[in-house]
Amino acid sequence: MMTQATEAKETGLYLEAYEQLRQRTASEVPSWLDRLRAEALEKFSELGFPAPTLEEWRYTNVAPIAKARFVPSWTIDGAEETGRRWEDRVYEEARSSVLVFVNGRFRSDLSSLAALPREAVVLGLADALRSEHQKMIGERLARGAAFDRQHFAALNTAFIADGAFVYLPRGVRVEAPIQLLFISDSGPVMSFPRVLVIAERESEATLIERYVGAADQPYFTDAVVEIYVDENAHLEHYKVQEEGAASFHVATTWVELKRAARYHSTTVTLGAQLARHNIAAILTEEGGECRVDGLYMVDTGQHADTHSLIEHRAPRCTSFQLYKGILDGRSRGVFNGRIYVHREAQQTDAYQTNRNLMLSNEARVDTKPQLEIFADDVKCSHGATVGQLEEEELFYLRTRGLSFEKARNLLTYGFAEEVVEKIAVDSIREQLNEVILNRLHATALDVR
Amino acid sequence: MLEIRNLHATIDDQEILRGIDLKVSAGEVHAIMGPNGSGKSTLAKVLAGHPAYEVTEGEIIYEGKNLLEMDPDERAREGVFMAFQYPVEVPGVSNAQLLRLAYNEKRKHQGLEELDPLEFKELLAERAKLVDMDLSFMSRSVNEGFSGGEKKRNEILQMAVLEPKLAILDETDSGLDIDALRIVADGVNKLRRPDNAIILVTHYQRILNYIIPDYVHVLYRGRIVRSGGKELALELEEKGYDWIKSEAGVTASA
Repeated sequence: MMTQATEAKETGLYLEAYEQLRQRTASEVPSWLDRLRAEALEKFSELGFPAPTLEEWRYTNVAPIAKARFVPSWTIDGAEETGRRWEDRVYEEARSSVLVFVNGRFRSDLSSLAALPREAVVLGLADALRSEHQKMIGERLARGAAFDRQHFAALNTAFIADGAFVYLPRGVRVEAPIQLLFISDSGPVMSFPRVLVIAERESEATLIERYVGAADQPYFTDAVVEIYVDENAHLEHYKVQEEGAASFHVATTWVELKRAARYHSTTVTLGAQLARHNIAAILTEEGGECRVDGLYMVDTGQHADTHSLIEHRAPRCTSFQLYKGILDGRSRGVFNGRIYVHREAQQTDAYQTNRNLMLSNEARVDTKPQLEIFADDVKCSHGATVGQLEEEELFYLRTRGLSFEKARNLLTYGFAEEVVEKIAVDSIREQLNEVILNRLHATALDVR
Repeated sequence: MLEIRNLHATIDDQEILRGIDLKVSAGEVHAIMGPNGSGKSTLAKVLAGHPAYEVTEGEIIYEGKNLLEMDPDERAREGVFMAFQYPVEVPGVSNAQLLRLAYNEKRKHQGLEELDPLEFKELLAERAKLVDMDLSFMSRSVNEGFSGGEKKRNEILQMAVLEPKLAILDETDSGLDIDALRIVADGVNKLRRPDNAIILVTHYQRILNYIIPDYVHVLYRGRIVRSGGKELALELEEKGYDWIKSEAGVTASA
């Protein structure tokens, strides 16, 4: 009985928040969305927050999220100054192709879409729901990121109110990277960004999600991103999570690839005290190709968990996955990577690696690559390593005049390079190199 | 420039160096020869500051300073350089990056302006000629996928860029074919100057045909048992190390 009472209390905050949101927006949103949210809320009330007894949540305890009293973002007005304060987090390449969100709400006054071609539809989700695209959104939203078993996807879905809608009609190619900048900077706010990307046949674009926020506030972001990459379309996707050090960040990314579609993603995890990323790429038709890379870099007081699923449902698809972790201080990393090859998915080529560099004896990582193969003609490999810096490498660099810190940072840089070098947006690559090379009181290393 | 006095050093509590005395002045080339296991490489590593070795007795004075009190990187910035017997691979860090970082660390230490990538590229292109190295090596990860000879050449390239006062070449000739040996030796010769010194650690006399030493020392069981001019190397080549061993044995038992 005690347990039940606690659980009731823990979801109670969210039930209340839901009622508030509904009262505010019920008249504005399409009825299908109202029903979807209600259904998701019901699911979440049933599921509650995931307990560590669940296999999927064995290493990540979300009790601190469940116990916290966050304030719903829609009760807070994100001031314009708040957005302006974070303006420097817009990547140079995206100066005129950026959507800015303050506490989960789209701010057109802070955004700029001048560099986007007219054919590309890039809108705040709330605006898109009031537009001619409403029907298309209704057909795709929450079709991928299933919320029947996913606690945080259910929670996000119950609170769908704003986010981004990116629609690339057939053959549309967008040169400038489309950046979505999510800022949380108003106390213990909770926000539920929702992103829907539809890349029709032969379209091409680059999407950047970047999450930033106040360093001293225990706020909460629960994001869901659904991406449809149609036949021969090509999407480059970056997620840079640099939330404030006291924050909680849970995100779900779901991607569907059609015939000969290409999807490349790099997820960078630098911030938050507790971060969990669920990423799923589903190859549903022949010849799809995905690369799902990641880099997590954590220090004392941080916990970063990645759960990924690469699902091969059709023949002759290719998937590459490289996740690298750099763990320092008393930090914790979790990588759980699953590759699932269906019986129909003959001639699958799937490759997965997770490598971890431990910079401290107090850091810990749990890594679990999993292959489940039901086809008989496939090429699949996976592996995981956990290692430390090599003494001989450190000594070698020191004999060339580099201090211990600089030698260590340079080796760390070398370790990360395999992931970083594939990033095609210069500003992101430069940002990462700087973060890695300037760690821990070492003076700046210039490796141009 | 360098004075080693009664140097004793151990690794894993095993004594390898048992009282080395050696004086090296600017402009000199000293060859340290000796059979396998005599302590040649240990001497080189102790000079560079390898953390695995412990100096239990004696001292090393470099340019009037106590070398043993300096970290490996301090020694490097003060002009000590060791070319590794087994150069280390550094994945993900390009040769050019490491060279420029190392070069700039030294410049900063000397109170000079750092070079930006463009300026450094010019300097690098010029130095790379000394060891006949193609510039395509500069964008590759340090020593990764390099052949044995390329790694050794790369060490000499680092030396050419850093211009050390005291260079210790630890068996730089091992594993080199005759052409590579000539290139490496030519490179080293071009870097010889009246104001720097070289300690050449080698097992074979061969390289001394190209880099003519001023002094040859024979190391055996952690001590210098014989010193002489370049003719000592030829004598060793002719008589082999057994000659030294038996002589040392006689001395020891006498």
